[in-house]
Amino acid sequence: MRRLLLALPLGWLLLLVLAPVLILLWIALATVGDSVPPFDPPLAWQGGAPVWQGSGESLLILIEDDFYLRALLRSVTVALVSASLALLLAYPMALGIAETRPRWRPALLLLVMLPIWTGLLPRLGAWIGLLRDGGWVNHWLLELGLAQQPARLLYTDMALYAGMVHSYLPFAVLPLAVALMRRDRLVEAAAADLGAAPGRVFLTVTLPLSVPAAAASFLLVFIPAAGEFVVPELLGPPDDPLLGRVIWSEFFQNRDWPLAAALSLALLAVLLVPIRLFQRLGAAR
Amino acid sequence: MPHRRAIALWLAMLLLGASPLRAQPVLNVYNWADYIDPHVVQRFQQETGIRIRYDVYDSLETLEGKLSSGRSGYDLIVPTSEPSFARLVRAGALRPLDRTRIPNWSNLDPALMERVAAVDPGNRHGAIYLWGTVGLGIRTDALRALWPDAPRDSLDLLLRPGNAARLARCGLAVMDSATDVLPSVLRWAGRDPDSAAPADLRAAEQALLAVRPHLRAIPGSGTLLDMLARGEICVALTYSGDVIQAAARAREAGRGVEIAYVAPSAGAHLWFDLLAIPADAPSPDAAHAFIDYLLRPEVMAAITGHVRYPNAVPATRPLVPEAVRDDPSVYPSEASLRHAFVPGTLTPAEERARSRLWNRFKAGR
Repeated sequence: MRRLLLALPLGWLLLLVLAPVLILLWIALATVGDSVPPFDPPLAWQGGAPVWQGSGESLLILIEDDFYLRALLRSVTVALVSASLALLLAYPMALGIAETRPRWRPALLLLVMLPIWTGLLPRLGAWIGLLRDGGWVNHWLLELGLAQQPARLLYTDMALYAGMVHSYLPFAVLPLAVALMRRDRLVEAAAADLGAAPGRVFLTVTLPLSVPAAAASFLLVFIPAAGEFVVPELLGPPDDPLLGRVIWSEFFQNRDWPLAAALSLALLAVLLVPIRLFQRLGAAR
Repeated sequence: MPHRRAIALWLAMLLLGASPLRAQPVLNVYNWADYIDPHVVQRFQQETGIRIRYDVYDSLETLEGKLSSGRSGYDLIVPTSEPSFARLVRAGALRPLDRTRIPNWSNLDPALMERVAAVDPGNRHGAIYLWGTVGLGIRTDALRALWPDAPRDSLDLLLRPGNAARLARCGLAVMDSATDVLPSVLRWAGRDPDSAAPADLRAAEQALLAVRPHLRAIPGSGTLLDMLARGEICVALTYSGDVIQAAARAREAGRGVEIAYVAPSAGAHLWFDLLAIPADAPSPDAAHAFIDYLLRPEVMAAITGHVRYPNAVPATRPLVPEAVRDDPSVYPSEASLRHAFVPGTLTPAEERARSRLWNRFKAGR
């Protein structure tokens, strides 16, 4: 019975993690060809024996051409900044929700979730309406005399981060709010009894105890943000080479599936680092 | 509970693939954006009872991206002879056309079909829909004010850094397509348009990067058409018919925006778009019927009149409105056709080198 229960997550992992990675590796080692799908597999059967016809060239390009390394670096930077900003905003929100009376909490959590129920595109479309040259923000900047001519807001890093943080904020708030609601308040009461001021209680007790939840929040934003390509496409600087966008264009525009697969593997490898750190953090406790 | 029974029945039909909506035959067409007369589509639906589901793309890259995983679900596509149509023929991704079901095939100009036979021996897989060149879309009213005697009939206007700097504030753009821009840039740089030699590609890349800071945008061709029509762009490198359509739209808007098309006199990139049926098309019969319908002179004349690209059906000449027929930017002169070149075929490795160049150009480094 126990074995059966274990087989379930293991099978899940094999089917949805290991198998796709192996398929990616298979395509990354293939060569581009005129066929449907547009690559020649690395191994072919000729006269009953397998013949190697693959190439590591797609993987080598990652190292050769600094265009792709820069794209990876830029994606990781954007994801780091987005996740940090989301965490900074999410923490006070989560703490606020945890501190309200229990009967208000479901309503507040619902308010946090509500934006995800609207599609991503309408939400980004709203940002475009707000930030474009003749948009609301510029209208009021001009009206209030804060600017002489429309400021360039859309297609900048600022617009990119606004869209990223807005899209992913709920994922950062939820785990934090749950953890803060469930925290053991007796520890805080004890600290207060021993004479710690409220600020000190927060910094020395509440905050350290919430680090694992904060790390989970951070990762829940960081990982999808690193591969994001819709938000930068719609709000970010034009032709900003983020890896998600580059993979998209190699796959759909250039029909270079081997290179797209190699780039996806590189992104996956980079994302394993913070996940490992998170596991270490969990193990240390 | 009659309702519940009806719903259950409907679901069962859906599962069996016999949904009530399927009674009417459907033709899935995947064509370039702004590339047909909508009345033509309507009339076909009325005549035959076949419903057309019409979907559009604005670059060959998008079309091939959709087709490359197979089972795209489209019945009729319109790839350009080089490189997409040629590649699809080689990959065996197209269904040979059954000419007995296309009686209007005899309307096609044999001389133009001969130019495509190089990549499709015997013209087995495609009939020419429309054709054209790649060149400059120029906002003439703005250029007259800014630089009256600017050289117009050469890519110098866009690709010489000095000229680009002078015109940058007025708006410069290049369409986002490595396959349809690089041949013209290579030709302008005095190189072989089909070359993928590192030295030639470096020359093209340097030429493009030198003007990159002056470009306002590198949009898809459909977006570029809109930008031109609105007067946001002064000089653009794009497809001939797109510029001519933008010019017509600007005239209709009547806000003083004037647009003209100029093909580079040193030799323009000539292309042919072909009507073709994917090998795995769900309803090839309807696709054959549609091809035959499109090749009727009066139908093809309406399309050319509307989208302002020349076709390959000579019998349409007297039927096309005079303003379009006599426009040298629609039907190129004999002389400019002689100088024009049709790009050749590249190997996958050469394609990759070109698309990497294009990535770097777009990112501006």
